This record gives sequence, C-alpha cells and structure tokens, in this order.
Amino acid sequence: MSSRTRKISNKKILFSLCFTTLSMFGFGFAMIPLYNVLCKNLGINGKTDKKAYLTSDEIDLSRTIRVEFMTNNNNYLPWDFYPRLQHIQLHPGENILIYFSAKNNSKRQMTVQAIPSVSPGLAARYLKKTECFCFTQQTFKPDQHRDMPVLFHIDPHLPKNINTITLAYTLFDTTNLKQAKLSTQSLAHIPN
Amino acid sequence: MDHVKRFFLVFFILLNLLVTPRLAFAAWQTNMPIGVTPISHAIYHLHMLVFWICVGIAIVVFSIMIYSLIRHRKSRGVNAAEFHEHFFLEIAWAIVPFIILIVIATPATKTLIQMNDNSDPALTIKVTGYQWRWRYTYLDQGIDFFSNLSTPTQELQNQAKKNPWYLLEVDHPLIVPIHKKIRFLFTSNDVIHSWWVPTLGIKRDTIPGFINEAWAKIESEGVYRGQCAELCGTNHAFMPIVVKAVTEKDFNLWVKQQSGELLNGTNT
Amino acid sequence: MEQTLDLEHSAPQGFLTFIKRWLFTTNHKEIGTLYLLFSLLMFFIGGIFALLIRAELFQPGARLLNPEFFNQMTTLHGLVMLFLAIMPAFSGFANWMIPLMIGTPDMAMPRMNNWAFWILPVAAILLFSTLFMDGSAPNFGWTMYAPLSTTYGPASTDYLILAIHLMGLSSLMGAINIIVTLLNLRTPGMTMMKMPIFCWSWLVTAFLLIGVMPVLAAAVTMMLMDRHFATSFFSAAGGGDPLLYQHLFWFFGHPEVYIIILPAFGIISQIIPTFSRKKLFGYRFMVYALLAIAFLSFIVWVHHMFVTGVPLAAELFFMYTTMLIAVPTGVKVFNWVTTMYRGAISFETPMLFALAFVILFTIGGFSGVMLSMVPADFQYQDTYFVVAHFHYVLVPGALFGAIAGAYYWLPKMTGVMYSERLGQWHFWLSVIGVNLTFFPMHFLGLAGMPRRVADYSLQFANFNAIASLGAFLFGFAQLFFLYIIIQAIRGKGKKASAKVWDGAEGLEWTLSSPPPLHSFTTPPKFE
Repeated sequence: MSSRTRKISNKKILFSLCFTTLSMFGFGFAMIPLYNVLCKNLGINGKTDKKAYLTSDEIDLSRTIRVEFMTNNNNYLPWDFYPRLQHIQLHPGENILIYFSAKNNSKRQMTVQAIPSVSPGLAARYLKKTECFCFTQQTFKPDQHRDMPVLFHIDPHLPKNINTITLAYTLFDTTNLKQAKLSTQSLAHIPN
Repeated sequence: MDHVKRFFLVFFILLNLLVTPRLAFAAWQTNMPIGVTPISHAIYHLHMLVFWICVGIAIVVFSIMIYSLIRHRKSRGVNAAEFHEHFFLEIAWAIVPFIILIVIATPATKTLIQMNDNSDPALTIKVTGYQWRWRYTYLDQGIDFFSNLSTPTQELQNQAKKNPWYLLEVDHPLIVPIHKKIRFLFTSNDVIHSWWVPTLGIKRDTIPGFINEAWAKIESEGVYRGQCAELCGTNHAFMPIVVKAVTEKDFNLWVKQQSGELLNGTNT
Repeated sequence: MEQTLDLEHSAPQGFLTFIKRWLFTTNHKEIGTLYLLFSLLMFFIGGIFALLIRAELFQPGARLLNPEFFNQMTTLHGLVMLFLAIMPAFSGFANWMIPLMIGTPDMAMPRMNNWAFWILPVAAILLFSTLFMDGSAPNFGWTMYAPLSTTYGPASTDYLILAIHLMGLSSLMGAINIIVTLLNLRTPGMTMMKMPIFCWSWLVTAFLLIGVMPVLAAAVTMMLMDRHFATSFFSAAGGGDPLLYQHLFWFFGHPEVYIIILPAFGIISQIIPTFSRKKLFGYRFMVYALLAIAFLSFIVWVHHMFVTGVPLAAELFFMYTTMLIAVPTGVKVFNWVTTMYRGAISFETPMLFALAFVILFTIGGFSGVMLSMVPADFQYQDTYFVVAHFHYVLVPGALFGAIAGAYYWLPKMTGVMYSERLGQWHFWLSVIGVNLTFFPMHFLGLAGMPRRVADYSLQFANFNAIASLGAFLFGFAQLFFLYIIIQAIRGKGKKASAKVWDGAEGLEWTLSSPPPLHSFTTPPKFE
C-alpha cells in the first residue's frame, strides 16, 4: 500500500471506529426504552403497564385465579399502607375494584409514588388496570387518611399454568423528587 | 535441589502447626450440603455430576500434558515433530465437549423448570431485606417481625470467646412447618440484599420496589442457617438468617401465640 | 521525525530532558514501557489492598479494619487490579510488540497513543484520592450496583465515575489505535492469516473494547444523573429499575473479562510454540476460537444475574450460551497441549508460567462450567466459590499470562537476560501461593461463606487462615519479580542476543536486543 493510500485508509477506519464507539454509547442509553419495551412485551420483570385499559366484558368462568395483595413501605416511610383485602379469587376477565388504605403518619405534607410489581413476572402483562392510584403521585397532608382504588381485570389469555398472582405495591417518598416522568392517563384518554 | 526440597518440607510442616490447633473445634467442610428440600437435593446432584465430569476431563487432559512434559523434553535429546494442524481432530474436540454439555444441560433444565413452579403453596411468607436485618411477614396469619443478629458485641470485638453460632444467630428466627409447600416473596426496604439458606436451596435477591418469589418444601425438622448474599453496605456480613422447621402442630401452636400485628397495617 | 530539545535552556540539564522525553514521547516502545511500569506499580498497590483484606480475614472477629473500610478495600482492590493493573499491562505488551511483530515503525496514531497512556495516571490519582475524601471511598464493590452506589453511595462515587470515564477513554483510544495498526500497517506479504497470534488476540480484544466500553460509560453516566440530576434510571421510585443497571453493567462486564483474558491467550500461544520448538498447533482454529469466544461473550451477560429473579426462558437461554463458551475455550486448551506434544520442551521461566497457566486457568474454567449450571448457581452465586473461580482465571490466568510475557520479552526489551534462578524462585513461590490462597475458597463457597464479608462464622476459619497465609506468600513472591525487573532495567545480566530463545520465530526476533528506538523504518521482507 502506498503511504498516501494507507493514510486515507487509516482515516476511514478511524472514523468508522469512532462512529461505532459513539453508537455503543448511544446504545447504552437506548437500552432504557429498549429494556422497558422488552420487559413489557415479554412480560418479564413483573413490571405492569403504566397505561389504563378499558374494562373487560368477557369473563372466563372455567377457571379462577387467586390474586394476593401486598404492600411495602420503602426506606422506613412513616405511612400506614395496606390492602383492604389480603387476597381474592376471581375469574379471568372479571373486573375487580380493590381499595388500598393509606395514612400519612408524619407531621408534614408528603408526596408518594406507588410502584407496582407482579409475581410471577410473566403474569404482569395479563394484569390490566383500568384505574390505579399508582398511575399518579399522591400527596397527603399530615395525618391524612385515604382509601385508594385499583380497578383491574386479569386477561383471559393468562397461561393455564399460572393460578396465583401476587400484586405488590411499594410506596416511595417522592416529596423532594422532581415530578417523575410517569405516563399518567385519566379515564378520559383510555386507548382502545 | 535437595536444599530446596528440604526448605519446602519445613515450610509445610510449620504451616500445619499453625493451622492444626483449629482442628479441635472448627470444620473442614469442603462440599455443598445436600439440604432438606427437593430442590436442594436436585441442586446437589447436579453439582456432583458436573464436578465429576470436570474431574474426568481434567485427568485426561492433564495426563496427556504431563506425559508430554516428561517424555518430550529437549533435555532427553528428542527432536520436535513438524505437525501443526489436523482438521478432523479439531472438529472432534469441539463436538465431544459439545455433547458432554448437552448431557449436563438436560438435568439442569429439568431442575430449573421444577424450581419455577411456585403454584399451590400452603403458606406464603414475605421476606423484606433491610440494612442490616430481615423482616418476616406471614401474610395470611397477620404475623410480622424483624430478625436481627444476636451475637453479642463482645464476641464481635474479640473480647469474649465466640460461641459456635457466631454470626449465624438471630433474636427471632423464621418458624415454618415441615412437609408443607412454602412460598416466599422477596423485596427490600432500601438496597439490594439476597436471602440465602443453603440447606433449603434458596437464594433470591431482594430488590427495592420489586418482588421475587421462590418455594421450598422442608423434609425434616431442624434449624437451618444462612446469610445475606449481596453486598448491601457496612454490615452486610452481620444479617444472618435462621429458619426453624417444626411439625405442623407446633407451627400452628406458635401462630396462635403471636399477636396479629398486621391487623392495622403497621408496616413501617 | 526527530525531536530536538533545546538543551541550553533547560536546567537542571538532564532532569527536564528526562521529563519531557517521557511526557511527550510518541514512540511505541517508550509508551509500552510506561504502560508496563505503571501497571506494575498499580499491581503492588492493588496487592496491598488485597493483603489488608486477607489480614482482616485471617481470623474471625474484628481485627485491623472496620467493616466500612473493609468494603472500601474490596471495592478498590477490584477496580485497581482490573482497570489499572492488568488491562494496562496487556496494553503495554501490545504497544511494545505489535509494531515489532508486524514489521512497522510505530503504531498508526503515535500522538493518540501518548494520550491514551497519560490519562491513566490522572485516573489513578482521582481514584486513590477518594480514600481521603469526606465520607469514604467507594464501598459498593467494583460492580457498583444501584441503588447502593446511587442513592446510598458516598460523595466520592462521583470521582470514581469520572475516573472510570477516563480509564474508558484510554482503553478506547488504545483499541482504535491497535485496530488501525493491525489492519493497515502489516509489512507486505503478511496476510491476516499469517499474523502472529498475539496480534490476532489483540485485534479481537480491541473490537470487544469498542463494543462495550462505551456501554459502561453510559451506565456510569446514568449513575451520575441519578445521583445529581434527579433522574430515575435505576430507582424504582421514578419508574426506573435497579436491574437495568445490572443489565447495562454486565453487558459491559462479561466481554470485559474476555478483554482481559484474550491477550493472555495470545501471549501463551506465542510462548508455548517457542519452548516446544514446534509451530502452534491449529493456528487457524485458534483464530476461529478467539472470534467465537468474542462473539459468545456478548450473549451471556445475564449469567451474573441468575439470582435476581430472571424468568425461566432467560435462565435457560443464558445457561446454554454460557455453557457454549466452554467449547472454543476447550479447543484452545487442546491446541496448546497438542503444540507441546512431541515437541522438544525446555522449561525456562516464561514456559513455566505458561504451563501453570494452562493447568490453572483450565481449573478456573471448570468452576466456570459449574457456575453456568443455573440451579447449582443458586448455591454458588455471591459466595467464595465465585471468588475462587474468577481469581483462578485472573491470577494464574491473566496475571501469569502477563508475567510469562514479561519474562519472555524482557531480554528483548532490555537487552539483558534475567536471572533464571530467581525467575524459578518467583515461579514456584507464586504457584504455591496462588493455590494456597484460592483453592480453599472453593470449599468456603460450597460450605456457605458469602462474598464481600468483613467477618465470618467459625466453620470458615481454617480455610480462611490458609488463604491468608497463601496470599502473603504470593505477595512476598512478587518481590522477586520486582527485583528481576529492576535489575534488567539497570542492565545487570548477561547480554541477550537478537533471537534470545532458540525456538523463537517472528519478525521481532530479527531485531537486536534491545531494538533500536526506531525500527523497521524500511518494511522487512516477509513470506
């Protein structure tokens, strides 16, 4: 290779390598939406949808699913937070309204965010919420107490080998966090 | 080389003397426990299968190598051969290991599927990792308590003789019935911890904001100990797990004796 | 391109010249030397951290270090050894030997080469400065899992993140330089499949670096943003996920360990043929194996996360891919053994370390196969069994590879033969030390000892005591190495010929020992 053509070739390789480097850096960031999409569509990691679903109108009477409810307070959050019902037996497709009781035991106004998690992880995509207090942050005055609703149904396509689902909510203190970028949907904007 | 050999002999004898006093009370356990659950048994057998296969391969490969190092040394006056490739040999020793891998993947797959079947539990227990202790909640029985390391500080600071359960004892152990399928749900209050009891064959990370699950069916009564298995801060080494498996009768008795703290949701 | 220095105006005369020479050199041999000496220093510092850890763990109970400082030592030991010791060591060999092996005067981009090195001391100073900061040095393990490192991390974490960015930049610049050099600057007649295998190992390593180092950069940037810019990449509170961090980290982390071992494979593949006086067996398949390992390394990362609650399908997929890596790795081991077979073997120090590598790295490989069996991994993960595995592949693996390379090329680089007797002492003490230290750790892990613990229960005491003794023996043995290197640099020893080793083949052995500062200014003939 002549020295001139070699120098051109050097530059070409250099540019493609730098481009690859920057792409891989971008890939690192692209992993976030990619990760969320994969988790949502493959139903892994127990992450439920953040969008609201229409209520279901088809009930599968051939089987019942046991849905358990669990609550957690993150980092010693000084709140009372518990489900009004520990568990329920329901048919896939049945719309269920459940209340979670929350009380701010501290002496200051606090904002919290409830984060859902479903086990087994693969069942997450079949747990379709129409309304949930986890869609938005909740602000409570000191000593304020509220019962917060979750309206959901289990998609009848839930695999036959799953018959127990645990829905857990962890309450996080987001009083000082910037407004978290969670997609929130009010009932007026429910997608089909 | 005599003086060198002698040096090493002396060295190893001294080494032994240093270490021997410990033989009296400490253990020399070299292998995984078989455990007391169907899963721990399956894991143990898989572990031993893979181990012996590895030993077998090691013996074959290292024998050939050591043979070569002895017989094919320049100081014996041998001449080096010229060969440096052999297509079919290369293919063969890629395919044979591949087949061995399939042989060990089969029982592994079976056991994994078994481990993932969390259905129809008789009892559900929520395990929450805290810095630096565990919290156990019996969801259906309304029982909720913390389990803290109970080794006295003097023992930790070498001011008192260490008891046999040093770093493996707690104030409130987890009480569970034998012969019942227990489903565990794991989460964390702060950072990632990991709940590990080797004899039960369970290890699961506890992740803040998420829940994981595992199951166990304990075959015999006894006390089973474990530790946190994920670096979680300063006292990661100081948050052990103690599980006491008792008969169903004793378990029900114990449940009756606990006060239902969960009734009003005090879960701070 | 000669550098003229204004000698009349520099005072004191020799010192400033000396500093300028080493600060501004663009010569691949000098930069190689800088990398090697830097990595040696970092190796001793990382080793001291390890000895502090083993001193603490010699007996149960709180001894020298409090748990908080212990966690800092664990973290820094890992970071220093991986990023500041072993990786720069192989970069040093790459810089020294690649241009000599392919018959070219220097690397393709000599000025970037200089930069790539000098970033490292800055990164090292940043990293060590965290020990003196308010709060503490990073204490969450070299793996830096969120939220321990984000929400709960000390202030010094931000400096660690900056240091990681710098080290990443250094690796990337080095990798780019190596790829361009190897693709473009080979002497006429040297096709890719005639390139020395060490060059192939670095070519593949460099591509791996470009693929994954930026992902680490992204991950630590997200850590920084979570810590200070109110994002929630890794915090469930804002809709994020701590496991996302682990996926990002291990997507980098797994190829990273192959980045570390592949150059060692390359060195071993140069040494064994030389001392067996026989060509490397199956050169073609050795190249394919390197490529296969590199490709597979991208699709196994979840095997570090089996206990985090991955779904069954993922467990199965990643178990199978992880097991598969054993195949090309096995091919390499078989090829090394077959190279020796019916050769005419001699046992100089480089060969001793290479032979120990083959046996001990393979043992590390076996524990790796065991770890890949997911059900069993639930008992091994985060225990001393894992610590045993990775120390076997890293210490008698990668490190012995680097040490073997050092003995192999030291006469070429310095022009004098090291003392073979001292080399043997170094070797035997190291082998005994390394096995005493790390073999008992298999037992500890199986018996139930978790990792990263500042204290342990009584049944683990015996093996911990042995491991600690072994560690100090191993540390002591490295003093022999230090002495040997110092003597060689000072020129003390028998003069080395150009060929040095009678079984050595390759362009680098046609040059004098040491080679002239500027070599192959005209391309050498090569068939």
